[in-house]
Amino acid sequence: MVPRTSPEVGGMGHSVKRKEDARFIRGKGTYVDDIQLPGMLYLDIVRSPLAHARIKKIDASKALAIPGVLAVITGADLAKYNLHWMPTLMSDTQMVLPVEKVMYQAQEVAAVLATDRYIAADGADAVEVEYEPLPVVVDPIKALAPDAPVLRTDKKDKKDNHIWHWEWGDRAATDRAFAAADVTVKQDIYLPRIHVASIETCGCVAHFDKVADKLTVWMTTQAPHAIRTVFALVAGHVGLAEHKIRIISPDIGGGFGGKVPVYPGYVIAVAASVLTGKPVKWVEDRMENLQADSFARDYHMTCELAARKDGTLTALRIKTIADHGYADAAANPSKFPAGLFHICTGSYDFQAAHVEVDGVYTNKPPGGIAYRCSFRVTEAVHAIERMADLMAHHLGMDPAEFRLKNFVRPEQFPYRSALGWEYDSGNYAAALRKAMDRIGYAALRREQAERRERGELMGIGISSFTEIVGAGPSKHFDILGLKMFDSAEIRVHPTGKVIARFGTRSQGQGHETTYAQIIAEELGIPVADIQVEEGDTDTAPYGLGTYASRSTPVAGAAGAMAARKIRDKARKIAAYLLEAAEDDLVWEPGKFSVKGAPNRFKTIQDIAFAAYTNHPQGMEAGLEAVSYYDPPNLTYPFGSYICVVDIDKGTGQVKVRRFVAVDDCGNIINPMIVEGQIHGGLTMGLAPALYEEIAYDENGNIQGGSFMDYLLPTAVETPRWETDKTTTPSPHHPLGAKGVGESATVGAPAAIANAVVDALWHLGVRHVDIPITPAKVWALLREKGVSE
Amino acid sequence: MRIQLTVNGERHEADVEPRLLLVHLLRDVFRLTGTHIGCDTTHCGACTVLLEDRPVKSCTVFAVQADGKRLMTVEGLEQDGRLHPIQEGFVQEHGLQCGYCTPGMMMTSYAFLKRVPMPSEDDIRHAISGNLCRCTGYVNIVKAVQHAAARLQEGGA
Repeated sequence: MVPRTSPEVGGMGHSVKRKEDARFIRGKGTYVDDIQLPGMLYLDIVRSPLAHARIKKIDASKALAIPGVLAVITGADLAKYNLHWMPTLMSDTQMVLPVEKVMYQAQEVAAVLATDRYIAADGADAVEVEYEPLPVVVDPIKALAPDAPVLRTDKKDKKDNHIWHWEWGDRAATDRAFAAADVTVKQDIYLPRIHVASIETCGCVAHFDKVADKLTVWMTTQAPHAIRTVFALVAGHVGLAEHKIRIISPDIGGGFGGKVPVYPGYVIAVAASVLTGKPVKWVEDRMENLQADSFARDYHMTCELAARKDGTLTALRIKTIADHGYADAAANPSKFPAGLFHICTGSYDFQAAHVEVDGVYTNKPPGGIAYRCSFRVTEAVHAIERMADLMAHHLGMDPAEFRLKNFVRPEQFPYRSALGWEYDSGNYAAALRKAMDRIGYAALRREQAERRERGELMGIGISSFTEIVGAGPSKHFDILGLKMFDSAEIRVHPTGKVIARFGTRSQGQGHETTYAQIIAEELGIPVADIQVEEGDTDTAPYGLGTYASRSTPVAGAAGAMAARKIRDKARKIAAYLLEAAEDDLVWEPGKFSVKGAPNRFKTIQDIAFAAYTNHPQGMEAGLEAVSYYDPPNLTYPFGSYICVVDIDKGTGQVKVRRFVAVDDCGNIINPMIVEGQIHGGLTMGLAPALYEEIAYDENGNIQGGSFMDYLLPTAVETPRWETDKTTTPSPHHPLGAKGVGESATVGAPAAIANAVVDALWHLGVRHVDIPITPAKVWALLREKGVSE
Repeated sequence: MRIQLTVNGERHEADVEPRLLLVHLLRDVFRLTGTHIGCDTTHCGACTVLLEDRPVKSCTVFAVQADGKRLMTVEGLEQDGRLHPIQEGFVQEHGLQCGYCTPGMMMTSYAFLKRVPMPSEDDIRHAISGNLCRCTGYVNIVKAVQHAAARLQEGGA
């Protein structure tokens, strides 16, 4: 797309350097832990060493004897205010602090309030808790066995560990298609539990000002407005009303979904500040972050595909056991318990599909979903893309040819999928062909054949994913009934300079720059003259926050709509100033001119000044607008990724030699930022594919609870990503944009897994669950009789 | 214990507990909050500062170990209102997103370029492998360091 504005204005299509960088490169950002208030107290948390146990006794006497320790807060203390349990987004409940038993290792047991962070930690060490161990349930399949211990004894009449059953699609039609199929394939696929591990952990500074009767919380949250409403609803009975709560989400050191939920630490810090009238800081350390915060995935899927013998796909069936931990606290605002999992027909035209998911309780931390992915899309993409490869190989077809044969075709859009989603736009074959050209697909296949002759293990993997983002249309989404619009408020001041506020919150995505570019595009006001603010509930318009790649599709659209309202008013003022009819005015970015008389014009800056000094009689002064945008549909970004791997037969190590990513996210606002999002997303796709997993032993002890054994990729393991794009605008978004933050995380793991299986197929390997560690591959090679 | 040290060319004194970590001295006592904390196990590198010109992870150094020594933090990169080429590199090449790992990443790169002024891409990737970034995928960080290396060769700082 050729930019419509000059580089100085910096509208859509310009790689404008980021406004936010000025503070970050100087170490002048303000993250939560940077905030230090006079008289501030520190909170540290006592956590359970056991995964399931009755609490017999909490003895705080030794902790309280330490000078500087002011209080030890337990579940019993919170129970006095009915704050020991809190609701989850999924209409379940979770503990703030326990009164009876703990349900997972590292669960919060008590909190210590002290004058200093070191003393608080000393206090936490000194609290003595006596536990009576209970039987631990780690495996969600065993959790469903009739003799499994029932975990949620707090729920009256709960007789098992089954949370919910959900199914979607046409079961009968799917069964018929499978019965009629020439070929079917079936595979169990496990997507393990992983953690976002943003480099900044979670925390807050809660400050209840007794005189002003106002609570201010600086908090690592991706959704400040929704959090404020939740606080008001949960703590209204102790006097916290919504207008007396101010949530400030300052600079956020990475979110990726991990900063959407309300964690017990926040609630305890708020309670401690309200009770003491002093500011209270709580910041978790890395081990607390990995061991107790929201996780993602943990999906045990059984997938089946049906096809004709010519390779035409006909039906898809997936049954899933979803391990939610001890509570269903998934940050999933969709109306579907398994989120958007039913995007699992992916980029392919199926006759019929049916999915079933069963949610299960286990002795693990609650959560689900959060890992740079909008509500189970990664699970869906992994299932369909692994299965597509399995079917192609099974039929002896090239996986690329197989995909090209089965893609939804461009003329079928808007396309209604077998599971009911209405895809807005796409050209899947164009993206795959571009990726094949870019990587030299045919030559790679020849090279692979040659290497295989020599006994070398080389694989090529493809993933042609379809994303579903921009939550969301109110017919599909809500948070506690709140519709999932987002908002923008734009104020153009007399000298033509702008302050714009949004209901979202950037965590590194560059909103201060991107949103300014949207306004620059619509009003022709230079990006340098536009200041974007977010994250303060006292000043920003109400919005639902940043996650699920929703900022550009929803708040970005709101920005464009608000700017267009301003332009409508500007047209009236320009007509008045130019003594011309509104219809006779022509807009080009930055000015209105009279049709046929281009020298008669008024710039947007002239008009802004007139809006406060010389506006038409009967018109209100000022030049500002607000928009709350409820998207008519979701957006469906897509792409095709191709990955080449080499496998070391001696060590089992998988090395990603090349990785080409062709993305289509519709019209692009800032190409530099979009490319950066894709680089980051690809790396968060590589990570679970090869390195990251949070596992538990049979006693519920976490494996992978620190950076010692939860392996984030470094610069050495991360390939030099090669990116490219196609552009298929969204027909319903005001800017034709679709969102991009999560595409690569969603699409990349399957490409890598497919490449590994492709390298090993001739040995009889049909599937490898991620993370594909050297140990796993080494064992497979030995099993197949391969040695160095 | 009383300690004195130089941070970014300025003399500082403090009376600290022997167990106080250097990162907390910088952040909580001196209020130089550009140095961040990302883990407890010396893996992430968000807290990297230069101790006598050598990059150290200040979450695993006691404040008392810096007694009498020279420290440099991210706040010391900009001189007389002029950005250091490493800072310019990060902006020009989009080498940062959330900004949390950035100070540590820049300090590691700063020390590395003093030692290896004309590095290969592979050299850079190994040099920054003790600093984790969750946002960028490192491609643009590598470019940022290359940008800085080129500028420093031209005599940019």
